[in-house]
Amino acid sequence: MFEQLELLLPRVSKPVQYIGGELNATVKDWDTAAIRWALMYPDAYEVGLPNQGIMILYEVLNEQHDVLAERTYAVWPDLEKLMREHRVPQFTVDSHRPVGEFDLLGVSFATELGYTNLLTALDLAGIPLHAAQRTNGHPIVIAGGHAAFNPEPIADFIDAAVLGDGEEAVLEITDAVREWKAQGQPGGRTELLTRLGEIDGVYLPGAYDVSYLPDGRIAGIVRNTERVAHRVAKRTTMDLDEWPYPKQPLVPIAEIVHERMSVEIFRGCTRGCRFCQAGMITRPVRERSIEGIGEMVEQGLKASGFSEVGLLSLSSADHSEIREITKGLADRYEGTGTGLSLPSTRVDAFNIDLANEISRNGRRSGLTFAPEGGSERIRRVINKMVSEEDLIRTVATAFGAGWRQVKLYFMCGLPTETDDDVLQIAHMAHRVIRAGREVTGSKDIRCTISIGAFVPKPHTPFQWAGQEDPDIVDSRLRKLRVEINSDRRIGRNVGMRYHDGKPALIEGLLSRGDRRVGRVIERVWRDGGRFDGWSEHFSYDRWVTACAAELAALGVSLEWFTTRERDRDEVLPWDHLDSGLDKDWLWDDWQDALSGREQDDCRWTPCFDCGVCPSMGTDIQVGPSGRQLLPISPAGR
Amino acid sequence: MKIRLRYAKRGKLRFASHRDVARTFERALRRAGLPMAYSQGYSPHPRVSWAGAAPTGAASEAEYLEIQLVEQVDPAVVCAKLNAALPEGLAIIEGVPAGPGGLAERMTASAWRIEIRGVTAQQLRQAAQVLLAAPEVLVERVTKDGRRSIDARAAIVSLNVEDCPTVPPVPDQLNQCGILIAVVRQVSPAVRPDDVLSALGAVAGLPSSVLAKAIRTRQGWLDDDGGLVDPLMADRVAARTALMESGDEPDRHDVADIPVDR
Repeated sequence: MFEQLELLLPRVSKPVQYIGGELNATVKDWDTAAIRWALMYPDAYEVGLPNQGIMILYEVLNEQHDVLAERTYAVWPDLEKLMREHRVPQFTVDSHRPVGEFDLLGVSFATELGYTNLLTALDLAGIPLHAAQRTNGHPIVIAGGHAAFNPEPIADFIDAAVLGDGEEAVLEITDAVREWKAQGQPGGRTELLTRLGEIDGVYLPGAYDVSYLPDGRIAGIVRNTERVAHRVAKRTTMDLDEWPYPKQPLVPIAEIVHERMSVEIFRGCTRGCRFCQAGMITRPVRERSIEGIGEMVEQGLKASGFSEVGLLSLSSADHSEIREITKGLADRYEGTGTGLSLPSTRVDAFNIDLANEISRNGRRSGLTFAPEGGSERIRRVINKMVSEEDLIRTVATAFGAGWRQVKLYFMCGLPTETDDDVLQIAHMAHRVIRAGREVTGSKDIRCTISIGAFVPKPHTPFQWAGQEDPDIVDSRLRKLRVEINSDRRIGRNVGMRYHDGKPALIEGLLSRGDRRVGRVIERVWRDGGRFDGWSEHFSYDRWVTACAAELAALGVSLEWFTTRERDRDEVLPWDHLDSGLDKDWLWDDWQDALSGREQDDCRWTPCFDCGVCPSMGTDIQVGPSGRQLLPISPAGR
Repeated sequence: MKIRLRYAKRGKLRFASHRDVARTFERALRRAGLPMAYSQGYSPHPRVSWAGAAPTGAASEAEYLEIQLVEQVDPAVVCAKLNAALPEGLAIIEGVPAGPGGLAERMTASAWRIEIRGVTAQQLRQAAQVLLAAPEVLVERVTKDGRRSIDARAAIVSLNVEDCPTVPPVPDQLNQCGILIAVVRQVSPAVRPDDVLSALGAVAGLPSSVLAKAIRTRQGWLDDDGGLVDPLMADRVAARTALMESGDEPDRHDVADIPVDR
């Protein structure tokens, strides 16, 4: 259907994002494929294309001889309008097929703010918004990604959700669909869905009934068929070396957010930052081997032509052989114009060594650290174990090594936070500037602080917390700005970036909401809500209005879902979804947070019984392996 | 050594902007493993210079760039390696060693083939006549310096109209179709196919909602008869002369005439 689309493209902005044709994209024969997957990232192409989850599944599925997988992304409102006018359906970018013609539509949600974009795509594809209204001919709509650990707000719109790592689950789902089709589709869509629900890690919202108490809380969540589990446990891919994907990174024609290829060096994190959903739900730590990393970097660079490699994970400097990895890669690619980057690093001197190593041949412009909290007290609450003295020492070392700019990430609105905790951020930024001036003897030192509003997430110790009122978040940020500028001679070297608290409150609604939030999402979408993760498209008023209209009759509200603190005995909407974390352990960790007690990292200290390994049959995998780096010689030029 | 390349931007790739094309080339140059010369500085880039660029949305069979290598490489090898590394839709048509003189100044005009839907060839022919008869036709254009008015007529050398060979399978009124062959001078700001269509709309009432597909078919030096001189001609001649002087002429018909392999 590209012929129809191409007549519309001259009239939209950045048409290149809709044409596909990326290097390493796969276009397979439609007719000979037995199973056809459409994979969607529900945001703009420039954000969605580099998504590792989609890229991995796309390649894993296309490697199957009778499976075809194509990609689709959210279209911007200018194209959506033209598509509706000219009756052009939601399409894949690989061979421009209508999404409605595929067997399955897999949607990866990194953030809940993509929910309205899911509805746009379903509607444009001609797929009924409500799963209950779909028939045999419609694709099976499956959600994945971190948000799938509480898919209740979109329970009405999806047929299934996959919890945890997707590599193995997508193949099992594919097998089930293949078998059902080969058998002549016995029992229709209902039977197929039930069979999918029998696969480990696959959750069918329709197979569970939710009942409510008169006060609005959930009374219980009970399965309505014995063919699915009482609780759905997440999937864990244990041996990353068996899954060296993406082998052939997609390289777009269009400009994207990160111009680099990525290699995931480990999965999971046990640092135990209490706000961090990713760290909680991806346990245990599983490291990719040093040889595996070396091979992926080498092959990926060859296949893509990128000039930068990002070593990805939730806390990259924590790979047990990170020193050998970075030194080995810096040696191997010396003089080839290949850059290395190490996102998500922690605050200590070791990281400066690493940063120096990976920037050996390049520019030392900026270093980023995430203390997350301004005061020592609040950092104990969130279990981000870094002292101000450590930070200043680290920063001074960095400035001494030639770095000229430091970026610091913080959150505002954390549990138990007071104005003073936030004002301490200014104090810290001022000390950073003074330390930098002292070490370098130069006034040309920058410190940028970037602040996001905290959103309590399911499956974390803060899942019971009341989210801070956005007005209070905003007022603290205003006071912080005044405090930073209280000393102009220092304040002028401090930059401050922040997001206001309102989008965070809506993200909070969608993160911890239950099935009753679905009608809010639908109303917002019908009122024109699109691309809620983009400030120029997000409308707080639209969400507030929709909440009032849809929730009042149910005796709940936006505030009820967000700023209300939950009790220990409340049934949470995701209690039947098992991330492996023991709910009692989470509660104890929440209590520890409130009294400012820290929790160690189980990689280097004894197990503290979070529950994941015994319940999931897994184990942490940490080196050192003692093996040499990469069985490949320097690349040269 | 420097090599001058003619390339085509085809099919879906016509929706790529010049920035997109440039980035794609840069990556392809890396993947092709050519001994590129790099710029100095903290983030070295391969040395590539572009001679103009087709606008986003327009296809082209005649785009040009020059690349700098640190070793002598047969241009045929450069073309083959680059073609293997470029995505479908970008193709090197020809490569020659750079001779004396700049490339950009040899391109003073372009020939465009613009397929226009929603009008008949007859209507288009009449509109073209009216436009050619007008002394000046101002069209509005948003440039980076704001909105400005440019005289599209002054840049137009010739307009010819052809019938569409086949009726494309698209809905209703769009089945009408005509093809405009326009030769347009390189002026600043550039007069693009869109501007020619706006000019036709302004003087001859061509509907503004027409859908059009433009292809640049040639670029070159505008001679006195309104023809275009191939901008690589001089380099081809220079390369051939150099070979003959070295007594090392290959038995192939023409050293610089590289076959197109896609």
